[in-house]
Amino acid sequence: MSDDQLPSGGETQDPSTDVVAADAEVERAVGARTGMFGVEGSGDTSGYGGLVAPIVFPGAAQRPYGGWFDDVADALQERLAATDLEQAVERVVIHRGEITFHVRREDLAFVAQMFRDDERLRFELCLGVSGVHYPEDSGRELHAVYHLLSMTHNRRVRLEVSCPDSDPHLPSLVSIYPTNDWHERETFDMFGIVFDGHPALTRILMPDDWPGHPQRKDYPLGGIPVEYKGGTVPPPDERRSYN
Amino acid sequence: MSSTDAPHEDLYAGSTDTSEGRVFTVSGQDWDSIAAGLADQPEERVVVNMGPQHPSTHGVLRLILELEGETVTEARAGIGYLHTGIEKNMEFRSWTQGVTFCTRMDYLSPFFNEATYCLGVEQLLGIEDDIPEKAQVMRVLLMELNRISSHLVAIATGGMEIGALTVMTIGFRERELVLDLFELITGLRMNHAFIRPGGVAQDLPPGALDDIRDFIALMKKRLPEYAALCNANPIFKARLVGVGELDLSATLALGITGPVLRSTGYPWDLRKTEPYCGYEDYDFDVQTWDTADSYGRFRIRLAEMWESLRIVEQAADRLAGLEGAPVMVADKKIAWPSQLAIGSDGMGNSLDHIRHIMGESMEALIHHFKLVTEGFRVPAGQAYVPVEAPRGELGAHVVSDGGTRPYRVHFRDPSFTNLQGTSVMSEGGMVADVIVAIASIDPVMGGVDR
Repeated sequence: MSDDQLPSGGETQDPSTDVVAADAEVERAVGARTGMFGVEGSGDTSGYGGLVAPIVFPGAAQRPYGGWFDDVADALQERLAATDLEQAVERVVIHRGEITFHVRREDLAFVAQMFRDDERLRFELCLGVSGVHYPEDSGRELHAVYHLLSMTHNRRVRLEVSCPDSDPHLPSLVSIYPTNDWHERETFDMFGIVFDGHPALTRILMPDDWPGHPQRKDYPLGGIPVEYKGGTVPPPDERRSYN
Repeated sequence: MSSTDAPHEDLYAGSTDTSEGRVFTVSGQDWDSIAAGLADQPEERVVVNMGPQHPSTHGVLRLILELEGETVTEARAGIGYLHTGIEKNMEFRSWTQGVTFCTRMDYLSPFFNEATYCLGVEQLLGIEDDIPEKAQVMRVLLMELNRISSHLVAIATGGMEIGALTVMTIGFRERELVLDLFELITGLRMNHAFIRPGGVAQDLPPGALDDIRDFIALMKKRLPEYAALCNANPIFKARLVGVGELDLSATLALGITGPVLRSTGYPWDLRKTEPYCGYEDYDFDVQTWDTADSYGRFRIRLAEMWESLRIVEQAADRLAGLEGAPVMVADKKIAWPSQLAIGSDGMGNSLDHIRHIMGESMEALIHHFKLVTEGFRVPAGQAYVPVEAPRGELGAHVVSDGGTRPYRVHFRDPSFTNLQGTSVMSEGGMVADVIVAIASIDPVMGGVDR
């Protein structure tokens, strides 16, 4: 399934289909998957334990992106060039008809402000922030993903920012999109990403004195083994399972 | 007995002095102890903690209200009491099993949770165009029936919280009819896990279309009762009109969508602006109101039920012409291998399928085993396909690393986001209006806390 399928959404959401060439993409590896069943050190004699497969995410797309993607990229580029911030967007990924701008974390607030205020962009609504933890993507372990919606133009874009585990700080967008207040609190609660400039960054779903950040990949589920007639089945995260 | 002069003795109620000030605990029928205790205080400022176990907070929502007399000067919402780690749990189950978890989030609109998740997975798989027509029509049918049942609860509990108990009883009476339809079609009244990646779990049972048509006919008689009870009712209007006001710029700043956004007069509905599941083929109108208050939101919900009935009617007509059509994607590497059937001992795997895999085809057995235990792999990437849930934009940010299980699924639940409007809607108003304002947001705590 390497060819990109573009969405069948509203008319303004549908970029022309023939411009994005699949081979223009360079895939980006963020880790490796070993074995077949997610266990190590067991007496697995099937041979599948030796399998190694890289985990690759869709890579950067090349111009032209096709349809309105270019309009958005042009308008953003123009704004960034005017303030000598051309490097703010590290790369643009187009996958399954959705466009993602990977933004340098120090420029996130400026880029978000441009997305909201520039009349050619005009993304009025932010749909919150979603954290993702890639423990093997060294130096970029913690990602924050923002979905923006332009009601004026009926378009959606995604901003993705990353920060290292050793310095989990991102600029807060609450002053630009006040809706992110609770969303950033949730991402802090679940991933430990500190949003600098947030008015009151406290836990929101977990109890105030909870240790750790549950949505991180290294956080155990805390299940207890199921016992039945002397045999035990380990909790789901330690169980032998497909990966 | 030195305490005989006290009006009553209650181990759990009383007052203590803390570093924060004097703290009163009241457990009912002893509110005058606060008034008496505060009589010697220079100011009337009091912080009231309401909930999380309170019948008027719409679920396990905790409100921290700072009052001056009966005026709310500050309102804060405390959430998290229903957090069950659904997003984390989904990372340890297959893509198909994920539906079983996410259907439990916003328990009043389970089909919308399932739909947005499945649409995201299907986009990552690149099979959006291969979903059979009948599956899409059934999804629309179920979602619109669900919108009716969800709005009925919104109106019913909202009415109950201001003392209109008849609205509550008739609201739940009609909701029961919808749940009966769900039970007939999916086998369950809630937590259906019926919409699956690739289509829906099973075909319509015989006779379902007749029951749906009976329901439509009955609802056309019953819905006017709500309008007759409430629309021009002076007490109802006195409680709702002008309460919980929020204008367009405030809703956009706070990310509030759904009926609250449409009550400002802005006709934003994802079914029209970004049609999914074939909504562009149905004839319906986006309902708006121009008062931006609780009354407008009530009228929008009432009108949206009529629109949903129109869509259900059209979907039922289309289903009548699709008898026997497939309800699951044709790709055998994704489609669930077995179909359910009703046997002598209830619902289970169809006997034909069991006969086939156990007696006829070794390959079919292997195929069944692999798909049920391992599941399918979804290409690496991320997707976000939102749907218009009864409360606003509901979207699932689905991330796959190419494995058989979701790498990360985050739900952007409209209740969670809309609840941020509590402070803006209720500060400066009366304490009784806080209840009305929150009821007009209609938060479902299962979705807020996930």
